[in-house]
Amino acid sequence: MNEILIMILSTMGALFVLSTAIAMLTKPDVYLRINVTTKAATLGLGLILASAAVYFADISVTTRVISIILFIFLTAPIGGHMLMRSAYFTKTPIWSGTKIDELAGQYDPETHELYSEDHDTSIKPEITDKST
Amino acid sequence: MSLQEYYNYILIPILGLSLILVFIRFLKGPSIGDRVISLDMLILISIGIIAVYSMQNDQSTFLDIAMLFALIAFLGTVAFAYFMEQREKKDE
Repeated sequence: MNEILIMILSTMGALFVLSTAIAMLTKPDVYLRINVTTKAATLGLGLILASAAVYFADISVTTRVISIILFIFLTAPIGGHMLMRSAYFTKTPIWSGTKIDELAGQYDPETHELYSEDHDTSIKPEITDKST
Repeated sequence: MSLQEYYNYILIPILGLSLILVFIRFLKGPSIGDRVISLDMLILISIGIIAVYSMQNDQSTFLDIAMLFALIAFLGTVAFAYFMEQREKKDE
């Protein structure tokens, strides 16, 4: 019974990791690749580590596994967001199939501050018609 | 099929194949962001391989190294992102 549970958990995790790796190779754009990585890889790794926790069935191992999973779940989105932000500032080309770029003109190119309606910032974004 | 054979013939090959696919992206990557995210992904997959290996050898101490790898992956990604932004600022 325990073996079957371990097999199911670890196989699903490995398949999620494999799907992420295939998506890394086939997606057309940096932003889409970062987006895929931070979602599917955390789920796949969580399942594989959970199968390790089931296998050892020990409190010390289980707490260790939970701390690793929590750490990955917290840090992978933060790292992905920082990387995507810096890729946007270095003007990495966007895939030609992207319909709208909502951030266009919202960032101050000098200080890298975001435009806000509440504060008096130095930049004024041009109004784009979103209804079309 | 025993659990030991299952690790050897199914899990490790799937993870190794995904490692190879990500490494191809690491070599091709047109921009620097591609390389950084694929490096992050390589370390994350190696955490999975360490977990499978620790089950195979019945050694739970290997999971400490997995925790260390998660820390290194996060620090590396954040440092690369920070310096990419700083370099862009300095150029203008």
